Amino acid sequence: MQTLYDKLWNSHVVRDNGDGTSLIYIDRHLVHEVTSPQAFDGLRLAGRKPWRVSANLATPDHNVPTTQRTQGIVDPISRLQVDTLDQNCAEFGITEFKMLDVRQGIVHVIGPEQGATLPGMTVVCGDSHTSTHGAFGALAFGIGTSEVEHALATQCLILKKAKSMLVQVDGKAGNGVTAKDIILAIIGKIGTAGGSGYAIEFGGEAIRALSMEGRMTLCNMAIEAGARAGMVAVDAKTIDYIRGRPFAPRGELWDRALHSWHGLTSDAQATFDNVVSLNAADLKPQVTWGTSPEMVIDIDANIPDPATFSDQVKREGAKAALRYMGLAPNIPITSVALDKIFIGSCTNARIEDLRAAAVIVQGRKVAKNIKLAMVVPGSGLVKQQAEREGLDKIFRAAGFEWREPGCSMCLAMNADRLEPGERCASTSNRNFEGRQGQGGRTHLVSPAMAAAAAVFGRFVDVRELATSPLP
Amino acid sequence: MQKFTTLTGLVVPLDRANVDTDAIIPKQFLKSIKRTGFGPNLFDEWRYLDHGEPGMDNSKRPINPDFVLNQARYKGAQILLARENFGCGSSREHAPWALLDYGIRAMLAPSYADIFYNNCFKNGILPIVVDTKTLEQLFREVQVTPGYPLNIDLAAQTVVTPSGQKISFELDAFRKQCLLNGLDDIGLTLQHVEAIRAYESKRKQEAPWLFS
Repeated sequence: MQTLYDKLWNSHVVRDNGDGTSLIYIDRHLVHEVTSPQAFDGLRLAGRKPWRVSANLATPDHNVPTTQRTQGIVDPISRLQVDTLDQNCAEFGITEFKMLDVRQGIVHVIGPEQGATLPGMTVVCGDSHTSTHGAFGALAFGIGTSEVEHALATQCLILKKAKSMLVQVDGKAGNGVTAKDIILAIIGKIGTAGGSGYAIEFGGEAIRALSMEGRMTLCNMAIEAGARAGMVAVDAKTIDYIRGRPFAPRGELWDRALHSWHGLTSDAQATFDNVVSLNAADLKPQVTWGTSPEMVIDIDANIPDPATFSDQVKREGAKAALRYMGLAPNIPITSVALDKIFIGSCTNARIEDLRAAAVIVQGRKVAKNIKLAMVVPGSGLVKQQAEREGLDKIFRAAGFEWREPGCSMCLAMNADRLEPGERCASTSNRNFEGRQGQGGRTHLVSPAMAAAAAVFGRFVDVRELATSPLP
Repeated sequence: MQKFTTLTGLVVPLDRANVDTDAIIPKQFLKSIKRTGFGPNLFDEWRYLDHGEPGMDNSKRPINPDFVLNQARYKGAQILLARENFGCGSSREHAPWALLDYGIRAMLAPSYADIFYNNCFKNGILPIVVDTKTLEQLFREVQVTPGYPLNIDLAAQTVVTPSGQKISFELDAFRKQCLLNGLDDIGLTLQHVEAIRAYESKRKQEAPWLFS
């Protein structure tokens, strides 16, 4: 009896090293500009070449501007990093979707979009949100730059097997409760270190009901629960998503692949080292109030009072978080006014996310107190698709800016950022101090909740929107 | 990679849980294409009162006197005492690079985020896991004892306090060997070229679509 994680692990063991570690084969390596330059330098220094060039796929995403892209990158240091990726990919023969290629985008959006992420694969990237790709029944996890070099040079990594955790989400999520709310609620329950040392499999009725985009959102934030890898078993939705994509197998190979992918589920009797259960029917839209993704509450709740925290370390953490966030305890989160709205990131910048936000925004206007509301599609192809559906017109008519694809204000390595003290409703994944700009205050929410916050200028319960009077 | 065998070093306490990699080294410094030079920007947003950008002369920036690394008694510290889930967040290896460049060679905390923990071993930093009770004792002793050193012996897997108290710690045999000998992982893996080729040829039969 094997878990999905056992099956993925066992099918990639090149060698048991006999010391608790194994040499694990890597099928797909995604590369971006921030964590790869030192790895390519390492290869050159040692006179090594990539082991299997075709396993690699690269794109610049962290540093790229989201406006006036044809004029190039203004910041010379960002430009050098993107140029360095271009040069390294050219030198080693690695396929790269460059900044002006319509296929360029956030690495965790383009992998699945291209069919470069397939069930049964091991997928790595020098980026913690690589867990995203686990949505396809793949073993996918982030690595540091030393391991980027190791994967390039050997097509393998030396790994110790993690423990297994099942997060079982039964029941039906109510209207307005999305994959983002489910994962934030899970993190709120188990904490940001709750998944440390584990590979998480998400299962249950509510997970099966999610689209592939929703499952990617879920697995994307497994790392925010401390787990390097998150995964969902393969089903008909997985197969339908992949069929016909550029890197996906075709013809007879497709049939053979399908046959093998059908087994990528945990056996019914398989046991996990840890099981966590939630009922989706109990969940409400979630908003983070602090500086860690575990500092999260229901939209109809008050900001917690640190004095009520029994654990001293948590109490001090909550106090520091409220100080940084400029918030008082015991007030409704719906009374908190916002300055900026960011809809984007590897968590929530896929077509379904943009559609969910557009539904809320349609026929409405961004509130006057919002200085900037922006939509940053996850890839050039997502942007194209959204424009075919007229979503860009809906956003623009409401007062949103419609930008070019990239990581953008999720981590503010390009020009998009919060100024000190600015408060943002963001569909990204981290609300750490300074994450979106030094002194910036981030509240993590779903795309629909961010869109609603844009319209009202403060947090509102998206479930009530249909009956609420417009401001 | 630098070897790690024994270390006697000054301890600096960072009394905060969930210290994330954005705090350890803020994103604007990740634009560097080098592995070195991150030390002056370690904990940049806590350490300085102004906003730091790459290329600034850090010696001229206003420092935050309240931040522990800026206190004279902790100057030259090589051992960081920290709290749970240290290094959570992004996979950026710039975090251990910044710690190393600053001079930190070992850490003691009750837990670390997985990717950060792994990245430390690739860079000659020893992240030691200690239980909460021992951790609280160490925090107390460091705070009341200026110049508080610890002696770490990796081979023996022990930490010795100034009073002679011996604290044992656990770590994986493989990671220990790599640190003790300063081994290069890639070199080790390339000793198994035949095994990798054999795996690939078997896998190509079973799942040829993975190799197109």
